[in-house]
Amino acid sequence: MFNIQQQPGQAEAALLETMGAVPAAEGEAAKKIEGRSPWRLAWERLRHDRAAMISLGIIALIVLVAIFAPVVAAITGHGVYQQFRGPQPPLGLSATDQPVGPGSAFLLGTDDQARDILVRIAYGARISLFVGVVATAVTVFGGLVIGLAAGFFGGWVDSVLARFLDWLLAVPFLLFAISLVSVVQIHPIGPLQPGLPVVIIVLGFFGWAAVGRIVRGQVLSIREKEYIEAARALGAGPWRIMFIDILPNLLAQLIVYTTLLIPVTIVGEASLSFLGVGIQPPTADWGEMISSASGIYLYGSWWYLLFPSLALLITTLAFNIFGDGVRDAFDPRGNLFV
Amino acid sequence: MNRETTPTADRGTANTGADHGEVLLRVENLVKYFPVQSGQLIRSKRDFVHAVDDVSLEIRQGQTLGLVGETGCGKSTLARCIARLHDITSGKIIFDGHDISTISARRMRPFRREIQMIFQDPYGSLNPRRRVGSIIGDPFAIHHIASGADRKRRVQHLMELVGLNPEHYNRFPAEFSGGQRQRIGVARALAFTPKLIICDEPVSALDVSIQAQIINLLADLQSELGLTYLFIAHDLSVVRHVSNTVAVMYLGKVTEQSPVEQLWAHPRHPYTDALLSAVPIPDPEFAGRRERIILVGDVPSPINPPSGCRFHPRCPKARQACVEEVPELEPRLGDEPDHRAACLFPVEDGEDISKSRPSIGADKRVIETGLVAGS
Repeated sequence: MFNIQQQPGQAEAALLETMGAVPAAEGEAAKKIEGRSPWRLAWERLRHDRAAMISLGIIALIVLVAIFAPVVAAITGHGVYQQFRGPQPPLGLSATDQPVGPGSAFLLGTDDQARDILVRIAYGARISLFVGVVATAVTVFGGLVIGLAAGFFGGWVDSVLARFLDWLLAVPFLLFAISLVSVVQIHPIGPLQPGLPVVIIVLGFFGWAAVGRIVRGQVLSIREKEYIEAARALGAGPWRIMFIDILPNLLAQLIVYTTLLIPVTIVGEASLSFLGVGIQPPTADWGEMISSASGIYLYGSWWYLLFPSLALLITTLAFNIFGDGVRDAFDPRGNLFV
Repeated sequence: MNRETTPTADRGTANTGADHGEVLLRVENLVKYFPVQSGQLIRSKRDFVHAVDDVSLEIRQGQTLGLVGETGCGKSTLARCIARLHDITSGKIIFDGHDISTISARRMRPFRREIQMIFQDPYGSLNPRRRVGSIIGDPFAIHHIASGADRKRRVQHLMELVGLNPEHYNRFPAEFSGGQRQRIGVARALAFTPKLIICDEPVSALDVSIQAQIINLLADLQSELGLTYLFIAHDLSVVRHVSNTVAVMYLGKVTEQSPVEQLWAHPRHPYTDALLSAVPIPDPEFAGRRERIILVGDVPSPINPPSGCRFHPRCPKARQACVEEVPELEPRLGDEPDHRAACLFPVEDGEDISKSRPSIGADKRVIETGLVAGS
């Protein structure tokens, strides 16, 4: 470009020097301005969403309570299964055999079995969060695999998987859960026993259809994009296109859907346990506590119903508000999700 | 970087030696039909979109073939067939002496390095979730060539080659302008210095000033690396600027094929004539005196293309023979053998077809008046 050999004049040399220096400086600046990924942009937006951040704080608090439930038990000195029926204090039942209300001995009162509600709520958080996360993960993973395969391969694969999803939607999952529990109560099928395994399978399995359909629709639209054609023109195989080119474009939606699905799953678990087909007593569980309380709260022990319900409400609300924040962060113009 | 000579001038000299270049790509009687389902519940009828119908072309090494035509005439389908993104219905694609028309995806892989595409939409053709370095590095990753620091070095070299700042390696497509994005697309196509680059309307989505940059970049790369282009466009002035030969397509068929200057000087097919008359002239005085040929109606449905010459419903010169007979693509009116037109009643030099009236039945035409002459 520049003829250096022929006439290395002083002015020219100086010019070259400055020219050389300028790109170097630009280079340093460019290195500092690292490309901001869509993830980072979303995180920046999320960080400035106050409601979402408060919710995240509450979620973190609940997670801490769940992790340190034994610590709660140690501080209060009350075991999760421990019944305080006397004769030595503290007494978990009144003279008329009714639960004891909130007070200095039992901060949130006791239940009908004379157990500390505070400790049981802390242990119940473990179940709720575990089921919420694991069953949601099963749902999202199953839906992702089915949707990706159906949308990408199309043809008969799509037809078969679409019928399968229709079947999933057609099964009344509550009745299925009830009958599954009755069956495995008598004949445990491998690890499938009443309690956690059944809850996770029922909640994880029947969510596939919704996620699968969302993913399938997304894949169908992404598959027609020119960059997929570009990848094919370069010689990329179907697996590479699926995982390198399509999957990253689904992740934002999946993350949003996952955060919004967790509270639904937590409520689902509580519902199953409320109906007696979920977590089995004496394991501490919010749904089971609400169920037991609903039979006796009319006799005056309002705390037994109120505090587990509040725990469930606050948890699901926090997850929902956080999920809304995540959605807004990924999609500030509000055109990605309905 | 400043180009003193225009590419057209370069081409003028290359043009005379056109016959000496080896044929890199030969397309023989290529046909591509897409099935469409009509009928609602009971699949009563199966129709086909005649996207590309019996097209033959050849491109010589180091040359540029311009492919022009209206939207929906099958240019892009033809390009995608050549790149083997679509399976062809029949015909042959012979690339560099190898018949690649029906070979399997596995055996096509080595040819993928030799045939590259540049796409129309600089926004749609780059994955928004991936960094530019990884997008340009895709060819290396797919063909397992160069990894780690070596790949990065080669990617940055490519970025430099197309005029991008190699420091922007880690950025995302959203952080670039349309012209820069198209440069990214060009860099990706250049990874293995392919023999043939199919440019599918590479500048249609860009500003005019950016168009010039990209066209000059493509021309520079061609002379530097000896590339061969199949250049698709609907902008005739762009095609004239970049091409050695031009093929005009209408409704899935090539209607005229010729070295670029001959096509402009002696358009034989009435459709070519009409297209050329629509090119804007930047001189208002001359533009005012020129007769524009305004075709009436739209392109007919490619599901049921017209019989005979597909252009006859809109052609100002149409006669009964045009309805009945399919015209061959061959030299007309004593033209050179490389200037071929598929027209039974070709346009003679100096003829003004805006004054012609068709002599076929009104039911065969789009509108009875046939056409109007405008200024």
